[in-house]
Amino acid sequence: MKKPRYVREDRCIACGACTEKCPGKFDDKYNADLKAQTAIYVEYPQAVPLKYAINPDVCLKLTKDKCGTCEEVCPADAIDYTMTEETLSIAAGSIILAPGFKPFDPSKFDNYQYANFPNVVTSMEFERILSATGPTMGHVTTFPKLPANPKKKKDKLLAQKRKDPKKIAWFQCVGSRDVNKCDNPYCSSVCCMYAVKEAIIAKEHAGGDLDCSIFFMDMRTPGKEFEKYYENAKHKHGINFIRSRVHSVTEDPETGDLFIQYVDEMGQIVKDTYDMIVLSVGLEITQQTRDLAKKLGIDLTESGFAKTASFEPVTTSRDGIYVSGVFNNPKDIPESVLDASAAASAAGDALAEVRNTLTKEFPVVPETNVVGDRPNIGVFICDCGSNIAGVVDCPHVTEYAATLPYVTVAEETTYACSQDAQDKMVEIIKEKGLNRVVVAACTPKTHEPLFQETLKNAGLNKYLFEMTNIRNHNSWVHKNNPDIATDKAKDLVRMAVAKAALAQPLKEEKINVNASVMVVGGGLAGMTAARSLASQGYETHLIEKKDCLGGEALKLWKTAQGEDVQKELDALIKEITSNDKIVVHTNTTLEGVDGFVGNFTSQLKTDGKTTALEHGVAVLATGAKALEPDEYSFGKDDRIIRTLDLDKMFKENDPKLDTVQSAVFIQCVGSREPQRPYCSRVCCTHSVDNAIALKEKNPETDVFIIYRDIRTYGERELLYKEAREKGVIFIRYDVENKPEVVVEEECLKITLTDHVLNKPVTIHADLLTLAAALVPRKDERLANFFKVPLNDEGFFVEKHAKLGPAEFATDGVFVAGSAHYPKPVNEAITQGRAAASRALTLLAKKDSLFTSGNIASVDVQKCSVCGVCISICPYNAPSFLAEGRFAGKADVNPVLCKGCGLCVASCRSGAIHLRGFDTNQILSQIFALDEVS
Amino acid sequence: MESKKTGSVVVIGGGISGMLSALDLANSGFYVYLVEKGPSIGGVMAQLDKTFPTNDCAM
Repeated sequence: MKKPRYVREDRCIACGACTEKCPGKFDDKYNADLKAQTAIYVEYPQAVPLKYAINPDVCLKLTKDKCGTCEEVCPADAIDYTMTEETLSIAAGSIILAPGFKPFDPSKFDNYQYANFPNVVTSMEFERILSATGPTMGHVTTFPKLPANPKKKKDKLLAQKRKDPKKIAWFQCVGSRDVNKCDNPYCSSVCCMYAVKEAIIAKEHAGGDLDCSIFFMDMRTPGKEFEKYYENAKHKHGINFIRSRVHSVTEDPETGDLFIQYVDEMGQIVKDTYDMIVLSVGLEITQQTRDLAKKLGIDLTESGFAKTASFEPVTTSRDGIYVSGVFNNPKDIPESVLDASAAASAAGDALAEVRNTLTKEFPVVPETNVVGDRPNIGVFICDCGSNIAGVVDCPHVTEYAATLPYVTVAEETTYACSQDAQDKMVEIIKEKGLNRVVVAACTPKTHEPLFQETLKNAGLNKYLFEMTNIRNHNSWVHKNNPDIATDKAKDLVRMAVAKAALAQPLKEEKINVNASVMVVGGGLAGMTAARSLASQGYETHLIEKKDCLGGEALKLWKTAQGEDVQKELDALIKEITSNDKIVVHTNTTLEGVDGFVGNFTSQLKTDGKTTALEHGVAVLATGAKALEPDEYSFGKDDRIIRTLDLDKMFKENDPKLDTVQSAVFIQCVGSREPQRPYCSRVCCTHSVDNAIALKEKNPETDVFIIYRDIRTYGERELLYKEAREKGVIFIRYDVENKPEVVVEEECLKITLTDHVLNKPVTIHADLLTLAAALVPRKDERLANFFKVPLNDEGFFVEKHAKLGPAEFATDGVFVAGSAHYPKPVNEAITQGRAAASRALTLLAKKDSLFTSGNIASVDVQKCSVCGVCISICPYNAPSFLAEGRFAGKADVNPVLCKGCGLCVASCRSGAIHLRGFDTNQILSQIFALDEVS
Repeated sequence: MESKKTGSVVVIGGGISGMLSALDLANSGFYVYLVEKGPSIGGVMAQLDKTFPTNDCAM
């Protein structure tokens, strides 16, 4: 059913005239209800589509047939009060559910008094308070819900009490891990990290003397680069982390200050006062989503998340319906992004044979020929919210830009990358006949392609564009020197304009895409990617160095959801080996890779014999392995084992397990330490799961888990709860004070300080399982073959931490599984599918893939045939022409050239030019720097 | 008997996950209907100020 907007999308020009006189008001959901908005509204200035809508519940015209102002003032005649609900019927082959969540509403918690105390806010409200586009424009203040200029008498009185907070506390697990005050037993997975982030940003906004404390139960930072972020928050930013659950909050009604009382780790009662308290609210599935699920007939867990299996992690209980995002268990952005691609892959695989039957071609805007025209430059200065404008005087830089040679338009914009700003840019280019565009904003690494697309839409060659970075290179690094930063922004803009004036339209060469795929690594992630690409009709080569498929999963017993890993794995391996589109190369190593996106040639070595494989794309899924610990007497006694050894005992139903009287697990063995500053993510759940299994085998067995923080994120938390209920004993230790293991004939003695008793305790055990870190293979050779980076620990670095988690910055190369970061079965499969989905979007472009225009070209007249360019190029792009008028002179293959410029710099005759970075352009930029603004 | 399949997909929810599912499918040869209950797409991510652990702006 399509709800009426009461505004005609085809006419609305988003001028905003309608909102000025609109008398209807309702809470602004985008700003977490912190302020009101008018009945005719747009959710936020960067909304897509940027078209107004009327809220029929508060519009006076629609509710009482009074008013009608917006219709009168609308210059585009877009208002239509007669619109009605429409029921549309859509025929589709698959459905993907991504309905998301709502932040938990803490109003019903009487102990935190969120509903009554103005300075108790939710994390979502605080997010808006921090935002430059929020109600306080990024200024952190108490009484945040008061209007900026209060009119009511009561509000005016309260506004006098407003102050910049000096002390803020975050309370974790509000509406998560709680079955007493609400029914959400699961962990929401994201709150620990967002609380750390909010505290760091709040401190940045406040200028340093803000005291931030986070009250938590377990600090859960099990994602890539998360642990370092947490450590930095503690040591670099000085955020206090207090392991305690605060019972209740009281208020000084005069000042609005908040009093709390809690028990610290030493068992002491502490009283403290805070200016603001942020409740880190969890993620919750709405009733509306539950109803939708019921209507569609898909199974949910008790907490309302879609039920999926570990081996089909985005497939619901009903055929043809897939799920992604938080509805498929609480998760953060990169995991939602992986889910999105995985769901697309699953939905697409089911419809492989009808692919390309309903799609249409995009119209191409014809390119305007600007060669020989006088430069006519438009400059766009981006505020990036407060990221740039908070430091740099953007209006001044804009004014300055307008005075530069050839500049006819200079505009300031809040977010240059937003759809409305892009549309406006196209309009201005057309209207003013611009033939060069300069954007001063963030990094071209992420945003240049977007602006180039905008130029194309305006009929300009995309290389008539120049971007300069006044954020990362300027406002971020000169935060404390706004004047200098403004001067530097002016310099950067002047240089960019000088270069843009000399820009020429460039041509891109077409690349043919080889329709076969190479997947390196025959573990879960690799096999999943191969299966999906093969099902879409692409010949897929699966490379495995061992003699069989399966990888580390061969060592696992069962998943966190209780599925038998070997049974499922066996089925998957059979599916792979019987698929005639998949060629499995076991006992095979990769010896070399040549070429580029669409046209790779890899040398495979099998049993001493080398063969060449041509392929269009590659997926790297080389996995990780368990660490060999060098502590806790590992290797000195066969009662001391690793998690995977215990799995093996379970798998083989080892009789030794029946005689275990006392079993101990030690967590974080090799993880979260200076030499390996990351959390291995899988170990907490794995140990908790195995502890439950030991208890189930024999309830009389004493089972202890010695841990630092239990990180059973999402619905894995239910296992933690079950383990405690079954009598597993959890004892916490600090990294400075690790447990000690003494091997004795009759038992193992494990001694540590108990955090509740604050006394040393000794456990006598007959089985000690070490949760050893997962370590990457650190395959520098493979990384070099594809020119992809490894991080300090040796995991592959993806294209973008948030938005490109299954691909590399190198075109045509994708990543999946634990080679990216340690992950459990379901997440490895999700990423395998996601990598396949991303690869498929590239393979599907077989007729529309082009090289970059920024490549080297040779001025044959000047070439002295020295051959330096040929010997220096890492990509084998230059060669001597074999025939024709200029036979013997150097020539650059545009498809192989990466535009690195090595040949250009080393050419002694000055014969090689890098298109888009030609000598005159670079020199003009340098000369422009010398001019005084 | 196998019924005839349709080469289109409905994606329910215009947040970050729904949008990217839609993009991947559209770019690999399927017709996509993206269904959103509000007047604009973007979801909760558009409300966030910055994102961990890189502190990149969410918009």
